[in-house]
Amino acid sequence: MREREDEWTGLMRSAISGDDAAYHRLLKAITPVLRAAARRGLARAGQPVDQSEDIVQDILLAVHLKRQTWDSSAPFAPWLFAIARNKLIDTLRRRGKRIFVNIDDFAETLPGETPEPTASASEVAAQLQTLPARQRDVLQSIAVDSSSIKDTAAKFSMSEGAVRVALHRGLASLTAKLRDR
Amino acid sequence: MDTDQLIRTLAADNTYRTRPIGLALMLALLAAAPVSLLIFFAELGVRSDVMTAMRNPFFDLKFAVTLALAVAAIAVSLHLSRPEASLRGFGWWLLVPAGILVAAISGEMMMPQRAPMMTRLVGKNSMACMTAIPAMSLPLLVGALYGLRQGAPARPAVAGAVAGLLSAGLAATVYASHCTDDSPLFVATWYTLATAIVASVGALMGKRALRY
Repeated sequence: MREREDEWTGLMRSAISGDDAAYHRLLKAITPVLRAAARRGLARAGQPVDQSEDIVQDILLAVHLKRQTWDSSAPFAPWLFAIARNKLIDTLRRRGKRIFVNIDDFAETLPGETPEPTASASEVAAQLQTLPARQRDVLQSIAVDSSSIKDTAAKFSMSEGAVRVALHRGLASLTAKLRDR
Repeated sequence: MDTDQLIRTLAADNTYRTRPIGLALMLALLAAAPVSLLIFFAELGVRSDVMTAMRNPFFDLKFAVTLALAVAAIAVSLHLSRPEASLRGFGWWLLVPAGILVAAISGEMMMPQRAPMMTRLVGKNSMACMTAIPAMSLPLLVGALYGLRQGAPARPAVAGAVAGLLSAGLAATVYASHCTDDSPLFVATWYTLATAIVASVGALMGKRALRY
């Protein structure tokens, strides 16, 4: 446990000093832990666990956009788990409201067995469609087509700098949309 | 989008650097300050006897109280912008201005006074104080919240309230140079009330604005 968390702290320090590969490894390493925590949290709240992937992606986006609030002389895990807890509570609160509204509105028409309206990890993908075209194209090219920044720049005849800006703005507005949905 | 794709995308954005929160907060406050100063000079202005007033220690103490509030609230704001931070162990900073105020009141009690206590407490400028401090705080509060949006506070409403204290402290520092009531009793009553109003507005605004 201790070793794993020390490793995270080391990877995050490397990431902040510009090591993209270390950052990638860190995000890969924390994801299963976050997934397990999200499932546990949903189960404890008596909620179906099939939307845990949406929470995982929510947490990853927040980790990414708020990483400057991590104090690099402090351990990484408490910071990470504080964000994870916040996002889980946020989701439960939001879902609580939604469920309340659902029961109020559709109590008469609810069939015995309700399929979940959303499949796993669909929220980011859905919000992606609402972004401005340029940001959406860049995000899709890098995420879905796994193109590099360089290739993406060539594909859309943009400068690499413009691709980087569109990428970051896209991620930021995606997160804002997820928060305010 | 599956999570591996998202992770790859985030890693591609690793080189993008956002401003440190301290800098973001400072720039936002600097941008908002002219609006507050404009309100001050258009509506109030520095009191005419300021040169004599400066020799009165109770005039100077007003600035000690308000500046201590502003500095403490800035420190606490920056601390609270971290997701794992809470007020515990850091909130006592906010007691420093209150401590100065208590010391000033006891100091004044020990000195011979021309006016009775209630007259000093009620003063002549209570209404001006109660409107000017919130009015001058508002632009600063909006600026502070804008800068603090870079952060990730665990409790946005608390962080917003502290941002309110911060902007009230700065606004009151400027307002103190207009106000002719120098008694610490006046400051403890009306400045505190005005500050509490701004802190409540900050909590309400922060609850929405500082969510992440």
